[in-house]
Amino acid sequence: MLEIKDLRVAIGDTEILKGINLNVNPGEIHAIMGPNGSGKSTLANVLAGREEFEVISGSVKFQGEDLLEMAPEERAHHGLFLAFQYPVEIPGVSMANFLKQAVNEVRRARGENTLDARSFLNRMKEKLALVEMDEKFISRAVNEGFSGGEKKRNEIFQMAMLDPKLAILDETDSGLDIDALKIVANGVNKIRNKDNAFILVTHYQRLLNYIVPDFVHVLYNGKIAQSGDKDLALHLEEYGYDWIKKEKEAEATV
Amino acid sequence: MPNDQKKSDEKQMLERMTKSEYKYGFVTDIETESAPRGLSEDTIRFISAKKHEPEFMLQWRLKAFRRWEKMKEPRWAFVDYPPIDYQDAYYYAAPRKKDGPKNLDEVDPKLLETFEKLGIPLDEQKRLAGVAVDAVMDSISVATTFKKELKELGIIFCSMSEALREHPDLVKKYLGTVVPRGDNFFAALNSAVFSDGSFAYIPKGVRCPMELSTYFRINAANTGQFERTLIIADEGAYVSYLEGCTAPMRDENQLHAAVVELIAHKDAEIKYSTVQNWYPGDEEGKGGIYNFVTKRGLCDGDNSRISWTQVETGSAITWKYPSVIMKGNNSEGEFYSVAFTNNFQQADTGTKMIHVGKNTRSRIVSKGISAGRSNNSYRGLVQVHEAAENARNFSQCDSLLIGDKCGAHTFPYLEIKNKTAKIEHEATTSKIGEDQIFYLNQRGIDTENAIALIVNGYCKEVFKELPMEFAVEAQKLLEISLEGSVG
Repeated sequence: MLEIKDLRVAIGDTEILKGINLNVNPGEIHAIMGPNGSGKSTLANVLAGREEFEVISGSVKFQGEDLLEMAPEERAHHGLFLAFQYPVEIPGVSMANFLKQAVNEVRRARGENTLDARSFLNRMKEKLALVEMDEKFISRAVNEGFSGGEKKRNEIFQMAMLDPKLAILDETDSGLDIDALKIVANGVNKIRNKDNAFILVTHYQRLLNYIVPDFVHVLYNGKIAQSGDKDLALHLEEYGYDWIKKEKEAEATV
Repeated sequence: MPNDQKKSDEKQMLERMTKSEYKYGFVTDIETESAPRGLSEDTIRFISAKKHEPEFMLQWRLKAFRRWEKMKEPRWAFVDYPPIDYQDAYYYAAPRKKDGPKNLDEVDPKLLETFEKLGIPLDEQKRLAGVAVDAVMDSISVATTFKKELKELGIIFCSMSEALREHPDLVKKYLGTVVPRGDNFFAALNSAVFSDGSFAYIPKGVRCPMELSTYFRINAANTGQFERTLIIADEGAYVSYLEGCTAPMRDENQLHAAVVELIAHKDAEIKYSTVQNWYPGDEEGKGGIYNFVTKRGLCDGDNSRISWTQVETGSAITWKYPSVIMKGNNSEGEFYSVAFTNNFQQADTGTKMIHVGKNTRSRIVSKGISAGRSNNSYRGLVQVHEAAENARNFSQCDSLLIGDKCGAHTFPYLEIKNKTAKIEHEATTSKIGEDQIFYLNQRGIDTENAIALIVNGYCKEVFKELPMEFAVEAQKLLEISLEGSVG
């Protein structure tokens, strides 16, 4: 589904990603972990198409097509979703209005019929239940006055509404208390199926107790330093990121 | 027999319509239908005679003209335009119908495209583009039933010319009481040469059951350049009035100087909504309408209420300050405004809230949006007189910038002469954030739609004051105006 080959990315003169290779297949959940500044969020944002990052070399294929050639909205139309680390507020625009436009744009791009008001409302109610949010929520302005936890749940709600092929969760767990974390994880587990895939970008192992990944990758200094299964995350939890750091330094001196 | 009555009404209406068509269609000597170029007492006599006005009206016009001759054009607004030669214009011409395009094939395709997007019916498209429209049965019967219903309630709603013929006493009593002849340069000019406009009178205790709109007053299309509107709500009456049309009107007249006067008696309420979309000029700033308008409402009686809502997206230059004088105790004034400027458009608009009576309250919500190389200014005065105990005002003036070549300015004026007044003013200036656009892009919404969504959200407080259907059209109109504003 997603094939990243030797991806190098800079912001200004600073190279942040220094050759990333990653394959994600349908039905898989990948966790990307790493210390602060290792490039986790950069990877998430480059995949979503944020402009301030410059791709120096490498390629990204998404369902066989060149992802890097696509505008951000085209990536969304092709089924790529980013749950933002810091969701922005859009004053005066109701959740219902915003989502109706988003869902219908995506459907139109895929050659599907747009949803009528009734089926759209039903769909919203159904997905709201998934993240245990009140119906009143849909008449509020996008993220305006939302608590930190509400903003993150809102991202998962939007993901459920848009039904993406590949969802990237950028530190969705940060700043969540344990109850909110369970709700978010529960939402993801209900959405996952054999045809879609997830990339969980996270600093902590905690989220992975609730969403069990198939693969764990440790990003260090712009490269994937180590890959493994869920045990790798537990190992990291026990020994900290210093363990990777030492190992890498040892490799360099050999 | 009510049915026969209805048929006869329709017949009369049809006759009137076709007759007026006939009259203009067979004019051969154009000179006799147009006043000569330039402005003089003769021009004014010509206009007044053409309209068969009562003598008092002619005298009133002449006084206004003499006053105007001594006045200077105001130059304090934050707008820039070359001097206007007032002697190089025509002040009265026969309706342009016969000069217009003969069918839609002759109309600018760009204009038609806009009509299409706004979903305007074909006959309406023709009317707006100035194509001669044959009498359409549908609209005639609508107009007839509409007029009849109003008449039963004692509501007078007609053109100013008709009002001068049919209700001269009412016009004489109220005309110029809120905006005097010599109020300002453009008001004086309008008083001297106004062509036509709307007149509405809502009698005591009557709640007007429908939105009064120029749209329904089909016979008054093309009233044009110097429009004069007078609306009176008698004790306990209520009326909501919609001015203008959401479609872009193509108009040859460059200078527009309208005057609108509203009078609300005791316990009365007037809501006045405008969507203005005159030709703004091209991308290089060539052409476009100069819109110099004086709009003022008088809350004459206690507990009366006047509310202005405007959505201004057109005109090359807008100079407009819909105001409320709160003379009655406990009276209320409101001003809700969205002003959008693009390319080289200039807008200097705002309001004046004059607190005279006790416990008067006013509220100002102004949303300016500038794009391209345009300049958008809010200019607002809040004045509290000595006797205005416990006056309250809340003002909120927001500016939104799209791109980095446009300007937004705020000029608030406060004149407070009573210590019990409570005045609040909030102002913000913001740019549409890259983060907001990217967030919407990531959800599948392209940049143009993303900006439209953000701008609509920003204007929501004003749009919600508009009658439902008008609000939907205003929203669409804003989206169309935004097109191409993102480089």
